[in-house]
Amino acid sequence: MDPQEYQQIEQKITPPTPYFKNALKAFLVGGIICTIGQAITYLYIIFFDFTDKTAGNATVATMVFIAMVLTGLGLYRKLGAFAGAGSAVPVTGFGNAVVSAAIEGRTEGWVLGVGSNMFKLAGSVILFGVGSAFFIALIKLILVSMGVVEW
Amino acid sequence: MVILFPSKPSILACGAVAGPLENKSVFKSYFDAISEDERWGQKTNEQGHSKMIQEACNIVMKKVDLKNLDVDYFLSGDLVNQMTPTNFAARELAISFIGLFSACATSVSSVIIASLLTELGASQFAIAGAASQHNAIERQFRYPIDYGAQKPATAQWTVTAAGYALIGKHDPKLPSVVAATVGKVVDYGEVSPFHMGGAMAPAAYDTINSHLKKRHQKITDYDLIMTGDLGKIGLKILKAMFAQTGAKQEELELFRDAGAEYYGEDKAFQSGASGAGCSASVYFSYIEQQLKTGRFKRVLLVATGALLSPMSFQQGETIPCTAHAIEITME
Amino acid sequence: MLFFSFLIAFIVGGLICVVGQLIMDVGKLTPGHTLAILVVAGAVLDGLGLYEPLIDFAGAGATIPITSFGNSLTHGALVEAEKHGWVGVLTGMFEVTSSGISAAIVFGFIAALIFKPKGKAN
Repeated sequence: MDPQEYQQIEQKITPPTPYFKNALKAFLVGGIICTIGQAITYLYIIFFDFTDKTAGNATVATMVFIAMVLTGLGLYRKLGAFAGAGSAVPVTGFGNAVVSAAIEGRTEGWVLGVGSNMFKLAGSVILFGVGSAFFIALIKLILVSMGVVEW
Repeated sequence: MVILFPSKPSILACGAVAGPLENKSVFKSYFDAISEDERWGQKTNEQGHSKMIQEACNIVMKKVDLKNLDVDYFLSGDLVNQMTPTNFAARELAISFIGLFSACATSVSSVIIASLLTELGASQFAIAGAASQHNAIERQFRYPIDYGAQKPATAQWTVTAAGYALIGKHDPKLPSVVAATVGKVVDYGEVSPFHMGGAMAPAAYDTINSHLKKRHQKITDYDLIMTGDLGKIGLKILKAMFAQTGAKQEELELFRDAGAEYYGEDKAFQSGASGAGCSASVYFSYIEQQLKTGRFKRVLLVATGALLSPMSFQQGETIPCTAHAIEITME
Repeated sequence: MLFFSFLIAFIVGGLICVVGQLIMDVGKLTPGHTLAILVVAGAVLDGLGLYEPLIDFAGAGATIPITSFGNSLTHGALVEAEKHGWVGVLTGMFEVTSSGISAAIVFGFIAALIFKPKGKAN
């Protein structure tokens, strides 16, 4: 049997990715996480004297804290298996990536284990976030000094 | 190439132990021990992995009243980098040791080497087998245990289990190894580490076909042909390959897969079980016991292994796979 | 009015996650690749001046998804670049390091103190 013939058999038997179902689950869970974030933002504004702009950071930190607890209890893993991008894309997913790697590195010690592994998954998000911010600001600065666009 | 063993080395005793989650396995009543603790009371997953191997080997030796000094060879492997759990278990067992890496096919490749040593007269008692511990393997090959990733329906669950067999001189009352086929490395271009069944099925097909041809046998000469850890989807693919090349329905029904059956129909495990301990803990418990009671007279055990590393996957390599087969008979 | 803002956060946040899911499923990419793409997308949208209006409109629906991380870094760099030119491109990014990173580091450290990884199927 040649590889092409095999690939036909394999494709016929392998269940197709449930695109719609996955997208729907991602939409619902992602939406709910953002709604919770919205509620926390309001709590900070109403009870703790934060403004619209400053409540953002406090909200993000709170969400990451919740992600830590859920990760430690083994619940975020279950949520992720169900929701896919719905729980990976919100900042809680970023928290889960950092926290899960940190917990797992514990047996290799604080420096070589926790310290080195913490950003094993999340590190690329930081690289691409900072990297793209740098280049976009640079491009905009060049365009402005050339008079193509304004600030 | 097929290897014949005219002296028919026998499986003198077996030992299979498993972790707490394997309480859900349909094979659990055949296991010798199930641990409540997935780390076997040790500090790290890797140490627990090693302890599990020692426990299984100790059970094997206890069953036939052997001491470590009486055993000539320890042949084993696992999936952790450089196989440290097995190496450390070998340190504690203090038996002459050859570490083998055939990924999840190690359960059979180790028995092939043990049978060869027995056939040569170089070994009176050799312990052969393989093991895997879920946490230790997952963190290395995929994501941290608590990372929330979505896995496709083709994904399999690495078992926490170990299975070992004591291979020695022929005993007509016990199951005996009569022939073996060492598999080639087959690669049909699968890249997804979440579709191991699809990657390994061609290797199993190649080895089974070659074994039957060289032995001038038909599928129906066997009571059972059991692959290692193709999973539910991989087994379907393997059957479809045989159907394509003319196998009949009653022949296809003789194919079973340890990984596909391991956790029954529990959806949480998706396509089923995998890992070096998957086939080892089924072959060296359930299958051995069925052979001993005479329910099976001739079986072909085909352990399948995916020979990838996390790095080879990141570098975009496809997944080379292998399958090794042993033919075991009961008089 | 309050209910309305929750609804918008739900829909916009949910839709960003759907985009992520499609990148994973249709594009056959790992979660790591998907998140990197979304972060870059957030940065680009801010460069085009589109992300801040989205936050004004959707609130947490736009600040909670990882895209906002690219946005906040770019935003800091742009504000400083406007004030201080070339030097500002760098210093701006340092000033607005995301609270997500700091929080993740602190909580990751704490979690490593108290939790062990669990290997249980669902």
